[in-house]
Amino acid sequence: MEFERHDAPFLAPKTDVASIMRQVLYALIPALAAHVWFFGPGILFNLIVASLFCLGGEAVMMRIRRRPIKAALSDYSAVVTAAIIVFALPSLTPWWVTATASLFGIIVAKHLYGGIGFNIFNPAMAGYVVVLVAFPMHLNLWTAPRMGDIDYQYPTIIETIRYTLTGVLPLDLGFDAVSRATPLDQMKTGLHNMQTFDEIHNNPMMGSFGGRGWEWVSNFLALGGIWLMLKRIIRWQIPLGVIAGLLVPSAFMYWADPGVHASPGFYLFSGGTMLCAFFVATDPVSAATSPRGRFIYGAGIGFLIYAIRRWGSYADGVAFSVLLMNMAVPAIDYLTKPRIVGHRKFEKWHHKSRT
Amino acid sequence: MSAPTFDLGTVHGGLRLPILKDESTAQVIQHVPVPAQLVLPLAQHAGEPAHPVVGIGERVLKGQLIADADGIISAPVHASSSGKVVAIEQWPVSRRLGENAPCIVIECDGVDQAVPLSEEILPFEKQSPDTLFQKILYGGIVGLGGAVFPTAHKLMEATTESLEHLIINGVECESYISCDDMLMRERAMAVVVGAQILLHCLRLNNCYIAVESDKPEAIHTLSDALTEVQDERIIIKQIPTIYPSGAEDQVVQLVTRKEVPTNGLPTDVGCLVQNVGTAAAVYDWIVKGEPLISRVTTVTGDGVHAPMNVKARIGTTVADVVNFIGGYNERAKLLIIGGPMTGRSVTTDRVPLVKATNCILALSETPPVGTEKPCIRCGDCAQVCPVSLLPQQLYWYACADNEAKLRSYGLTDCIECGCCDLVCPSHIPLTADFRIAKLRMRELADEKARAARAKQRFESRTVRLEREQLLRAQELMTQKEEVKKAGPKAIEEIIERSKQKDDADKDEQ
Repeated sequence: MEFERHDAPFLAPKTDVASIMRQVLYALIPALAAHVWFFGPGILFNLIVASLFCLGGEAVMMRIRRRPIKAALSDYSAVVTAAIIVFALPSLTPWWVTATASLFGIIVAKHLYGGIGFNIFNPAMAGYVVVLVAFPMHLNLWTAPRMGDIDYQYPTIIETIRYTLTGVLPLDLGFDAVSRATPLDQMKTGLHNMQTFDEIHNNPMMGSFGGRGWEWVSNFLALGGIWLMLKRIIRWQIPLGVIAGLLVPSAFMYWADPGVHASPGFYLFSGGTMLCAFFVATDPVSAATSPRGRFIYGAGIGFLIYAIRRWGSYADGVAFSVLLMNMAVPAIDYLTKPRIVGHRKFEKWHHKSRT
Repeated sequence: MSAPTFDLGTVHGGLRLPILKDESTAQVIQHVPVPAQLVLPLAQHAGEPAHPVVGIGERVLKGQLIADADGIISAPVHASSSGKVVAIEQWPVSRRLGENAPCIVIECDGVDQAVPLSEEILPFEKQSPDTLFQKILYGGIVGLGGAVFPTAHKLMEATTESLEHLIINGVECESYISCDDMLMRERAMAVVVGAQILLHCLRLNNCYIAVESDKPEAIHTLSDALTEVQDERIIIKQIPTIYPSGAEDQVVQLVTRKEVPTNGLPTDVGCLVQNVGTAAAVYDWIVKGEPLISRVTTVTGDGVHAPMNVKARIGTTVADVVNFIGGYNERAKLLIIGGPMTGRSVTTDRVPLVKATNCILALSETPPVGTEKPCIRCGDCAQVCPVSLLPQQLYWYACADNEAKLRSYGLTDCIECGCCDLVCPSHIPLTADFRIAKLRMRELADEKARAARAKQRFESRTVRLEREQLLRAQELMTQKEEVKKAGPKAIEEIIERSKQKDDADKDEQ
């Protein structure tokens, strides 16, 4: 009897890229719901715009690079990029801002470097940084979180769609009415104006830790992240590294002088910390790859987030921190190679082969 | 009697594979009858192939030497049954390089007449280790765990090192395979006595029988056998059920917590590893006088009707073995010799069962091919690598053909277990790629050596030419000086002489 020929191993592989990316998307769903609850439905429209442009950009680039388009689109990596971009953007964002971030992320940061697996920088963060620099006006307009006790005006669904499409709010609904400075902005300005942390934090918008709404979105992001960790889609090194890298300096400074420094809890649950710790820094392609290197990479991001928030001119520093550490990845990987079994601990890596 | 120990050692990474052994362990080992034809490859062991010592047409008996060891590392081959040698020819076999290999083909007469024992069998305790080494060599015994290194050589090489432990490897970590498990269940005494013989050969006082924790029956029968022989030197050691805990270096690490150094052997950390099947084969030969002419093998997979373990004569074709257990079912698509992680697929079942064949696996589904995607550097491969390599980096450098980096990232330390392939979400055939990279590296080394030799030749030629030129120049100088010393008269004479010579040459023409 005749048989086919194959290479070992003959057992079926345990997982595939598409299923990993799908599960990352599932993990974002609770946080997405919280986002809609607190900041209105804007993120959903942004998600549609970002997905369209990410997938479109991916398809065009694959076409130009003469590679199979369907295989690239069906791995969901472009959708994950889109989802992370919209979590970084305010819920009221005109479509061209979202589109610019998406296209830059996919075309320049991903495909010009060789597509999935070869990009040095996290595409979502690269795209976000471009719009942060190019459209600073739009990125500062965060709608106020739903609070119940304070009477803010909210754009309706129709108004949100209209704003997304045209960038114009109805005449009777000015930006002053719907938007507020983010907790991170308030903290930065407040500390700059010599207010104490407690004074600033007394504002009901500050919530219990990182700002009303923001802290709940953060909680759900962390929950999704922990689920991914349990599913072994992401490993603990990077999230823990980011949290430790942020927690240690902020706790030390807060302990040294609680008046002029914000509490570590505030930093952890405000802005993009949790998004970064569980969904951005954990992007395997642009992260360090050895287990020890991953912790160092995460800790570097955490520390940079703290440094930028505390001493930099940007209120949040997640995107810059990630991009800066992306640059450090080759060095980290080189310096943190694990000891191979059977090699001595400090042995030079150059050894004679058995041949 | 020693109680089983329960402290389980650890290795880095590894995988929990689907076990899939229940079907083949449901019944006792069945004996495959003498087939019509036996095909015995000359190279069933690591090292040099054996050379045939029988001619075509010659009648041979069961257990008769038909091919003798040849070279420094080699092992002899014996006839597995009586019959007539009909051919010594190329035959399809399962091995890494090449499809065919020289084999001795015997047409069996069905009588199964054995060669009479040439000498009386002495109790092994009364024989010197050297005698036993010689005997083990003549018995054609090789490592039955898969590497098929001639056992006698392994033992003799080990005696030059300072040994502490003998490890009898009963760890069968690949899915589907259960031949060692069944052997331990049914022939625990043979394994234990085999271990005693090996201890005697090596003058050792410590032996671990390593068995996975998911084989309670085997542990039970081994303990019973140990109780019976009352040997304090032998200890059963449980090993965690995780692939590839049965690989030689890994089993050493699990039992002794010592790592086998890179490019080294278990003997470097005082251990010698022998498979349980090898121990039983040593027992059969030294105590019973039967050379290695049969072995237990698992015939299984969803491509056969009735998976089971069989004891078959070496040289029985896979087709005969599968026929015996009831044949393939209609779904069989893939035939693998060995386990699903490290086995090799063969295109025909005409290949014979050899000393190394621990499993015949017929599968209905082929692994996915051509679905490979770019590496996303997720690092799952590094998590499962039992030697703590970074396969994602190795893959990168293998693609770039960067030999220096491949070396420094430990390509040569890769044991080709296949764990990384299984967890890769991009379905990259990493192990196959690494195998190719290793081959390429060896080729490069050869090429470099050749280039170095050529360079040396060129340089020595240049030096020689220079030296000759110098010599000639010196000679010319001395001649000139001699002429100068002789004065102008002598010069005229010389010119005259050469003119005459020229004229003479012209005349000749």
